Amino acid sequence: MLEDKDRIFTNLYGEHDPGLEAAKKRGAWHLTREMLAQGPDWICTQIKESGLRGRGGAGFPTGLKWTFMPKQVTEGRPHYLVVNADESEPGTCKDREIMRHDPHLLIEGCMVASRAMRAHKCYVYLRGEYIAEREALEKAVKEAYEAKLIGENNVNGWDFDIYVHHGAGAYICGEETALLESLEGKKGQPRLKPPFPANAGLYGMPTTVNNVESIAVAPTILRRGAQWFAGFGRPNNTGTKLFCVSGHVNKPCNVEEEMSLTFRELIDTHCGGIRGGWDNLKAVIPGGSSVPMVPAEQIIDAYMDFDTLRDLKSGLGTAAVIVMDKSTDVIAAIARIGYFYKHESCGQCTPCREGTGWMWRVLEQMAKGEAEHGDIDKLLDVSKQVEGHTICALGDAAAWPVQGLIRHFRHEIEDRITQYRTPRALVQGHTVAAE
Amino acid sequence: MSDDLFKLNIDGQDIEVPRHYTLMQACEEAGAEIPRFCYHERLSVAGNCRMCLVQWEGAPKPIASCAQTVGDMRMNPDGSAPNIKTSGDYVEKARAGVMEFLLINHPLDCPICDQGGECDLQDQAVAYGRADSRYELNKRAVEDKNMGPLVKTIMTRCIQCTRCVRFAAEVAGVEEIGMISRGESAEITTYLEESLTSELSGNVIDLCPVGALTSKPYAYNARPWELRKTESIDVMDAMGSAIRVDAKGDGVMRIMPVINEEVNEEWLSDKSRFIWDGLARQRLDKAYVRKNGKLTPVSWGEAFEAAKDALSVPAEKVGFVAGDLIEVEQAKAALDLARALGVQNTDCRPAGASYGVDGVREHYLFNPTFMDVEEADALLLIGANPRKEAAVWNARIRKAWLWNDLKVGMIGEAADLTYEYEHLGTGPDALDGLFKRDSEMAEALRNAERPIVIIGEGALAREDGAAILKAAHDYALEIQAIKDGWAGFGVLHTAAGRVGALDAGFVPGEGGADTATILGGGMDTVVLLGADEVDLSKLGGAKVIYVGSHGDAGASRADVILPAAAYTEMSATYVNTEGRVQMTRRAVQPKGEAREGWAIFRALSDVVGKTLPYDSAEALRAQLREENDVFAGLGYAPGDAGVDALKAPMAAAGSVNAAVPFGAAISDFYMTNPIARASKTMAECSMQKQGLETAVAAE
Repeated sequence: MLEDKDRIFTNLYGEHDPGLEAAKKRGAWHLTREMLAQGPDWICTQIKESGLRGRGGAGFPTGLKWTFMPKQVTEGRPHYLVVNADESEPGTCKDREIMRHDPHLLIEGCMVASRAMRAHKCYVYLRGEYIAEREALEKAVKEAYEAKLIGENNVNGWDFDIYVHHGAGAYICGEETALLESLEGKKGQPRLKPPFPANAGLYGMPTTVNNVESIAVAPTILRRGAQWFAGFGRPNNTGTKLFCVSGHVNKPCNVEEEMSLTFRELIDTHCGGIRGGWDNLKAVIPGGSSVPMVPAEQIIDAYMDFDTLRDLKSGLGTAAVIVMDKSTDVIAAIARIGYFYKHESCGQCTPCREGTGWMWRVLEQMAKGEAEHGDIDKLLDVSKQVEGHTICALGDAAAWPVQGLIRHFRHEIEDRITQYRTPRALVQGHTVAAE
Repeated sequence: MSDDLFKLNIDGQDIEVPRHYTLMQACEEAGAEIPRFCYHERLSVAGNCRMCLVQWEGAPKPIASCAQTVGDMRMNPDGSAPNIKTSGDYVEKARAGVMEFLLINHPLDCPICDQGGECDLQDQAVAYGRADSRYELNKRAVEDKNMGPLVKTIMTRCIQCTRCVRFAAEVAGVEEIGMISRGESAEITTYLEESLTSELSGNVIDLCPVGALTSKPYAYNARPWELRKTESIDVMDAMGSAIRVDAKGDGVMRIMPVINEEVNEEWLSDKSRFIWDGLARQRLDKAYVRKNGKLTPVSWGEAFEAAKDALSVPAEKVGFVAGDLIEVEQAKAALDLARALGVQNTDCRPAGASYGVDGVREHYLFNPTFMDVEEADALLLIGANPRKEAAVWNARIRKAWLWNDLKVGMIGEAADLTYEYEHLGTGPDALDGLFKRDSEMAEALRNAERPIVIIGEGALAREDGAAILKAAHDYALEIQAIKDGWAGFGVLHTAAGRVGALDAGFVPGEGGADTATILGGGMDTVVLLGADEVDLSKLGGAKVIYVGSHGDAGASRADVILPAAAYTEMSATYVNTEGRVQMTRRAVQPKGEAREGWAIFRALSDVVGKTLPYDSAEALRAQLREENDVFAGLGYAPGDAGVDALKAPMAAAGSVNAAVPFGAAISDFYMTNPIARASKTMAECSMQKQGLETAVAAE
């Protein structure tokens, strides 16, 4: 249980003023100059020691990622920080709250991270649908410029410019290299890796792309110390985390919590329990639509962290917890997710372009039962042909929900097919007899 | 192991390759065959088809070998070289999966597809495709796109490899093909569904690994296995691109490029590729003699008698003019006959041009070879528009501009060359004082290590051509474009036959008249050797003997027509603008009663009683080689071998008329010779270029 005094996002619910003065009172921009003066190595070490893992889904250690940037800025090769605010993963709604209600934490984080990677420019790539978020963030950026907190010759002693760029609303632009393409004004399609952005990113320059939450927690970690942050959660899964709980709970919510609390604690403490009680829980998608679902019996007492959920063959992802009770048609639910990925596939590489549509159509048939038993294995096989064969992770993201469904709810698909194929007369035998 | 080599273990075999190699190249080096669709040596790596997957032992996923640079790979934990497998269940399953995905929405209409028989998808499906289909849903259909008169589209067949997109953007320099929409709705289309504004658009047909982009004029004409394939040389421009002429029966069905790194890489201009229907139209397949004002078909014998009559006038009243497509053998035979008759009025240059007579071959050659532009650091084009005059070489300039940071300057008519250049002026006055001029390009040329100066027909085919040539040469000497090992000065010709005819000595003899004078009205008889690009309006009452393949300007003015073979119908020598001696090969028989040009003059020499001393083309060529040893080396461009001759300043050649800007050597790219003017396809392209509606485009 996270206590209020340990919360980083103290205005997560927008109860207070998001403006600069109020944010300062809540702790933002405190000792920023001193933090920056410690230099890049200190910042990276602190972040490394805090155990912060990327909050965008993959969970890569943030401090380590920052050290991948070249140690020297070569003439004519400026470094860039790009903040991925293209929060499009279904179920995820944490970054928008940061940008709307605690934007100064993000801006300060951008500055700290930029110092750590010797960048003077930062781009925030905002999801196309985030209009209010853009307005809030732009307002905060303006405040920060006016207060000389950022910009040239600012009070914090590190020349720093921040640009807010509004995307056009494509899921794929949340993939870091597609985001860079889009930022450069091209069609948002993932690049081949290597080269990784730290070598050749935005405009071919050394670039690091980070999630909003990863960046926004950085100043507080530096202020309160790596050990403070590392004190939450289990080893290798430390810190506090924003959970976005949606679906069949009594009070869906966004909440900042300690890592590695159990699912039961999370739901009981913050969400008023499962709709219809714990016995009514069917399955949970614990990390946004792209991770495989976990059935009730496995998730209830599981720790909500990267390693536990990985061992459950799922993942913490963005910590977008989608709860499904027994009224849920899981096949239809996954079919809907399948449609999403089919719709959002960029079409660049073959397995994803062709496979996402195929999987979605078969899932739709299965949701109706209008399939054959052999189709289940075929679908699983197709999902394996997509997974791991694509340029970016969208192929995996499309395949995993399908694999999760078949892994845990194969019997339901089979039942539905059997039911559909059974002549109505046999099921409703009395009708025939009565005639 | 040296630093720039990387050790790999491929299929159990240890191999060392340069670090910059892709894994695909390394695998090929090791003898493994890697299937691919999107990868192409001359285009950027896209890595999108996923067909080239290989196994890297220890890696969690199969690796797209086209996109993996060897030098970026990690050693095994024990320090040994990475183990790569290019076959086996793991790899085959991965590739079979990709192949299945490629095929689920492919129409499988191979029996009616023109790509059938030479289709990458078909070939690789044999190796990696399933015997049956697991896909029972409806297939996607994609609307066909209009890509103009050359490229036929059946977009349902498209596998989105984006080779055409990359070709258009990178090689052709026109960003007019792209992929719109996303996911399975992704479609390849051209900008506003118009044909490409490129002279190289036909190459997307070769690049397309499936039948999505095929040749429109060739549609449903033939199957690849029915065609007789003859490697030959193109004559549509002075580049001498390597081509393959595919023929069925006595008709040329299509023309394809053949790889020649030194000349055309593997591209071909649209004119060279789609000219072939012109070879079957407007042909002179019989001899004609004008009787009572009308051309009447006659026997060869009668035509020769008429020609003999026409030539029975004082030698100084007879002129021979060679056209753009003339082959060396014909030029030689005609020249020998002319000299035997005492005729000195012979010329192969366009009216007004005065190059090629000072005895220095390097003064009319393109001395820096086509390839050298890739090593150059500055290029100056004078009165030349390579996009129209040597479209394939233009792509090479673009490549050098794109990747090697080549600086280009141009003097002449401003045009879109597909790369940026500094426009230094429009006429000869721009050359004046260029060396000292304060401009970025002038400075780049001054400081360049390996500058190239190219002068085109637009600057040479005029009264003061010789003076301009000298001025350009002087400038090239000034910026040290001509030095040991670097012959950075040359002439870009536009006619395939020009250099060969010059090498054969087809210029005015002792006291002879040049083209302008011959055609100026003072002659009694004029022999036109396929000369249709010249002004025939001032011939006056002169009798005209026309030797050529197509009924064009020359033939309609002629009194006697002697039908000759076209370039696909004979094995003949051409010398390209670099001075590279190459030979065409006979792909089909000459049309009707047409004969090879040299044989016509050999026969005529008999009739006029001046029998030429050779009975076969081989004997003629033997004599050519004896007289001029440049004809001894086939396929060889002298390049800087002649740099010493080039170093000497040219003789003074009159004054330059600074006021007159350089004209364009080619006004209509698609209509530069009689074959092109007979081609329906070229006519459509030309009309489209001018913004006129064409029958095909309207469909």
